[in-house]
Parts: sequence; structure tokens; C-alpha cells
Amino acid sequence: MRLRVPRPRGPSRRGPSRRGPSRRGPSRREATGGDRRRPFGLRARLVLAFLLVAAVSAGTTAALTFREVRNAVLGTAQDTAVSAFRDQVREVYFNLPLNTTDLVGTLRTIARNGRPHPWYVYAEYGSIRASSGTSPTSTVITPELRREAHSEPSGSFQRVVKDGVPYLTIGMPVVFEVGENTVMPTGIVLYAVMPMPEEQANVEALGVAARNGALPGLAVALVPALIAARSVLRPVRELRQATRSMGGGRLDTRIEVRGNDELADLARTFNESAAGLEHSVNELRQAEERARRFASDVSHELRTPLAGMLAVTEVLDEGAEGLDSDTARAVRLISAETGKLAVLVEDLMEISRFDARAAELNTDEVDAAETIRRTLEHRRWTDLVRAELPDGIRTRLDPRRFDVVVANLVGNALRHGGPPVTVRLGTAAGADGSAWLVTEVADRGPGIGPDVLPHIFDRFYKADAARTRSVGSGLGLAITLENVRLHGGTVRAANGPGGTGAVFTVEMPLRTGEAPA
Amino acid sequence: MTPAPLPTASDPLDTVRMARLLLIEDDPSVREGVELGLRHRGHEVRTAATGEAGLAALREFRPDLLLLDLMLPGMNGVQVCRTVREESQLPIIMLTARGDDFDVVVGLEAGADDYIVKPARTEVIEARIRAVLRRFEEPGGGRPAVEFHGELAIDRSGLSAAKNGERLTLAPSEMRLLLHLSASPEQVFSRQQLLEHVWEYSHHGDARLVDACVRRLRNKIEDVPGSPRYIQTLRGFGYRFGPL
Repeated sequence: MRLRVPRPRGPSRRGPSRRGPSRRGPSRREATGGDRRRPFGLRARLVLAFLLVAAVSAGTTAALTFREVRNAVLGTAQDTAVSAFRDQVREVYFNLPLNTTDLVGTLRTIARNGRPHPWYVYAEYGSIRASSGTSPTSTVITPELRREAHSEPSGSFQRVVKDGVPYLTIGMPVVFEVGENTVMPTGIVLYAVMPMPEEQANVEALGVAARNGALPGLAVALVPALIAARSVLRPVRELRQATRSMGGGRLDTRIEVRGNDELADLARTFNESAAGLEHSVNELRQAEERARRFASDVSHELRTPLAGMLAVTEVLDEGAEGLDSDTARAVRLISAETGKLAVLVEDLMEISRFDARAAELNTDEVDAAETIRRTLEHRRWTDLVRAELPDGIRTRLDPRRFDVVVANLVGNALRHGGPPVTVRLGTAAGADGSAWLVTEVADRGPGIGPDVLPHIFDRFYKADAARTRSVGSGLGLAITLENVRLHGGTVRAANGPGGTGAVFTVEMPLRTGEAPA
Repeated sequence: MTPAPLPTASDPLDTVRMARLLLIEDDPSVREGVELGLRHRGHEVRTAATGEAGLAALREFRPDLLLLDLMLPGMNGVQVCRTVREESQLPIIMLTARGDDFDVVVGLEAGADDYIVKPARTEVIEARIRAVLRRFEEPGGGRPAVEFHGELAIDRSGLSAAKNGERLTLAPSEMRLLLHLSASPEQVFSRQQLLEHVWEYSHHGDARLVDACVRRLRNKIEDVPGSPRYIQTLRGFGYRFGPL
């Protein structure tokens, strides 16, 4: 599957200087771990499940086979032995009273004919014990077998394992045939003890074979396990990459749908959702773009008639002197409002340029204190404003925009705050060692209400609901904010300590548009 | 959003001066408004709606200064500006809309001396007009009539410059900039200082005015405009004349 990775589609009209070096976006952690192994991830669980199933089935099969074959092998041997022993016992005759020497000879004869293996034969009669071997009694014969041998005329057998060697023990009473189907026990009981090393070896080989067969089975089960894991994990991984790509703003990310399984369904659903999302976002963007264009077009269209009107306000003002009082008032009203309208339209144009990211920074190397002093002098504010401007701060910024910032903040303080208004200038070091220009405008007025503070930089926000129209356009602080942002800086409003008026603080990189040293 | 700068009407030369102005502007209301305002201030104003009509009026009216809208139907303002500059040192002020930054740069490259952002009050327009016209009125101040700097000959009283004996056609802003810089050789002037002294911006002027004017001047006086000898740049500070 290939991810179609489209070109990032940012706003195309973005000034190159818009992104200052100090514009730090949130550092998005780009985990490259498409193949990151997790201790208990899907792959591990799938492999474990496969191995478990393979182990259980192989183990069960091997165990059952082992048991059946073992029983068959041992059963054949013991059947042969029991019937051979019975035949031998039936053939022998005992002379009473029993003579131990004769008995041992008879037992040895029987022992020689042991089948399928030679066996040891033991005889018990009352207190007489005899055997074909060296010891008259066997340690292998259990009391259980003895009891059964006495009560069962056709004989009984038991498998006994002693010291790791399996033995077949057979107990057989010697009987008289009294009549048809009637027998009498003589009291002599013969026992045969036959070691079965060969059968043991066969059974052990069988166990080894079963185990050896099951282990490769487990290993082979790993292969389908890994294949299955891969077939699931790959689509999952691709889905994750695609989701991350979507989250990164590339809304035309799609996944290639393969096959017809549930994961293909998931991929299809993802694609449909992505298409839906892309469509909605595009519509929103277009709507936003239309609104922005409209605002921009409106102010553009207003500007041309205003240019004509503004040029003649002076003619109106002077001509009003010769008119009757009502007409003169009307003419002066038009003249004054034309001036305000021109300011408003200019501000609207400025805001729509910021919104369209068409605002440009024209930076120049200036003396910060001198720049602010000019701003104050030009507006005849020098006597109204206390300036604490240390000389010698060289800075690179857009002088026109910085003038707008200072003029708006000081103008705002003069209008809404109380005297004295103070402008302070300084520098500060950022956390990363970068140098910042700090401009502070403080007044001694009533300060900013807590309900107003979060909105103070909003467009057309009126702090005082009773005042329908302020002296400015209502865009001054919004434009200030945009201008500071364009420099890669911040502006914040706060109240001085102890309700001593409002303080606006502007922080801008000392050298806007230059790579930090 | 910024209050308009007030005209500095203290200079006695300004109060008596009445200028002949040609305004080329396609929008009738702007044309009429600006004409009314300037005429009210005592200037003689001729208007034209197109670049072609303006160029025709130029020859016949012989204005002191040209007010030129950049956005014109047919032949646009930049083309008009270039055509005028080919044969004349007539002061030119562009009328533009702020935000049309590209137009400003192109217009300045084409040889305009200054620009005014519309809409503007008549007093602002007049202040710019006076500043541009005043550039030719600086007295020599006891200096020798002709100064020589390398291959450059600068005639301060005759307000002309020649290179290798060949007379240079300099726009008013270029002439004024050359005079100002060469008056204090090797002294560095910041853009804002130059805007203040050469363009008479008491306020924050547009530094692009200086940069464009320096580029134009270099193209005319430097042997290799890419590595200038006369008008040198000091990065981060500004410009200076020489050292040669």
C-alpha cells in the first residue's frame, strides 16, 4: 500500500518574513515507529495464540498416540508371557511331599522356556519358598498379586516398575482337574518375574519420537502466526500513518483498499470519512475565504469614494463658515465623520490583510528609544506621557508597524486609562538565550475589569457597553496584536499591582527576521 | 489609524508658492475631490483621466509636479512614470492604496520620488508636494560651485551632476539624496535619517523609498552597480558616500 502524501496546503499568500525565528510552534513529536515492537502487541499475542493452539494439539495427539502404542506393545508382550506361563504350569507335576531340590529343578525347567523373554520362576507352598534364581523370594512380587494369585485359578499378572526397570509379574496357582470345568487348588503357587527392558526401550523411543514430532510442529506454527500477524499489522500500521497524516492537516490522505476482509472495510470507512472531512473542511475554508474576501472587497470599494470625500473635507470645513447654522452643522458633521470613516476603513483593510496573511514586514535597523520618541512627538503626546527610554537599544523591526503598536497602546491609555501614562523600554533574555525588546505602556486609571481582560484584544470589543462608539475604530488593539505577532512577539494586558491602572506589555524579538545567533 | 501629520507651514518659501500640478487619476470622484482640495489651497491643477491624456497634457501644461495614480486603465501608472522619466526630471508622486505593496515597489523602481496612500487629506497631499518641490531650493551654503568626487562632478548651485563630463539625468529625489550624502563624505546615515532630511518625513517613513532611490542612483552613477563605490551600504546601519 502506498500512502498518497500530498503537498502541504497552507495558505498560499504568506509573506516570507511572516515566520520569524521565534515563532515556535508546539513541538510535535514525530514518532517514526511504524515498526515499533511492543512487548504485548498484536503480533506477540497472535504468535502466542498460534503457538498455544499448536502446542495443545501436538501435545494431545502425541500423548494419545503414545498411550495407545505403549499399551499395545506391553499388552502383546504380557499376553504372550501369561499364556506361555499358564501352559508351562499346566505341564508340570509335583510329587508330594514337596522336595525343595526337585522343585528348584522343575522351576529351572520352566524358567528356561520363558517367552518372549527368559523369566525367573518362584514357587510358594505353605512355608516353602523356592526359585529358579539365587534368591528364594522375589522383591518384585507385591502382596496384592499374591492375594489375587491365590483366589484366581486361571492366574493373574501385574506390571511393576522397580528401580526404573519394568517387570511383568505373573501369579499362577497349581490346580487339580477334578472334573469337567472344576478345579481344586493344590496350594502351590508359581510366580514368574520377567524384566521387559526391550519394551521399555521401545516405549521410551516412542516418547522421544512423539516429542520430536511435536517440536517442529510448534516451530512450523510460528510461520503462519507471523504471516497472520503481518497481514493484520500492515493495514493497521498504514491506517495509523494515514490517521497521523490526516491529523497533520493533509486531509487528502487516503489508504489503498485491498482484499475484502474486515480490515479492507475499515480502510474503506476511513477513506469515506476522510473524504467527508476533507469536503467539510474545504467548504469551511471556502466560506471563511469568501467572508474574508468580502470584508477586504468592501473596504477596498469604500476606499475610493472616501479618497474623494476626504480630500474635500477641508473645503467643507472652511466653506461651512458662510452657511446658515443648521447647514453648517450638517456640513461639519459630514466632514468629521468622513475622517472617522477613513480611519475605520483603513483599519479594516489592515485587519483583512492580516487575515489574508498578506501583511508584510519591512524591517529596518533603528534605535528603539528614538523610534518611540518620534511616535510621541509626532502625535504631540510628549507632554502627556512620561517616557523612560534608555538610549542605545539597537533593534531590527518594522518602524511603521512598531509606530502603530506604540501609538495604539499609548492612545488607548490616554483615552481609557488615567494620567500619568508611562512608556518604558527595556530588553530581556528569552529562555533560549534570544534577546527581546520589551515595551511597556502603563497608566494610573481604573484598570481593566476582569470580565474585559480576556477580550481586550478582540475586534470591535467595547469595554463599556454604554459607550456605543469609541474614539478609535474599535480595531486598534486587534491591529496592535496582529502587528506584534507579525514580528514574532507577544502583547499582554494586565492590571498593575494594587489596582494601579492597566499595563500593556509588548515583547518582540530584538532582531526580527534574523536567524538567532 | 494614525493621525495625519500636520504641514510645517513655517517656511516662508512655502506660503507664497503656488504650484502647477497635473493629476492623472481615473476615478472621477477622487480626481475631482483632490483637484478641489488642492485648488482650494491655491494651486493650479490640471487633471487627466488616462495615462495617454496625461502625457499629452504634460507637454502642453508644463506642470511643476505630477500626481500619478498607479491603477489606470490602458497605459498604467508605472508605464507613465517610466515614459516621463526617460526625458524629464519632473517630480512625480504616486497615489496608491496601502497594501498594494508590490505596486509601491514597482512605482519607486520606475522613478517616482514619493508616494501617498489613498485616502489622504488634502493637507497630507500638499505636505508631500511641498517636500518634493523644496528639494530644488537648497542653497549652496558657501561651498564651491562644483565638487569633484572621483569621476563625479556635483554642481551644488546648478543642481546637476556629471560623470566623466557627461551630464546625468537625475530625478529630484536622486539629486537630493546625492547632494545630502556627498555633503558629508564617509558619514553614515540611517534610512530614517535620510527619510527625514531628503524626503522630509517628520514621521516614520517607508524605508523602501530610500532603498529604491539608492538603487536608481547607483544604476546611474556607479561603474558596477553591484559593487558600488560612491553610495556604499553599511549593513544594519545605512548608507554613506565613499570613501573613494
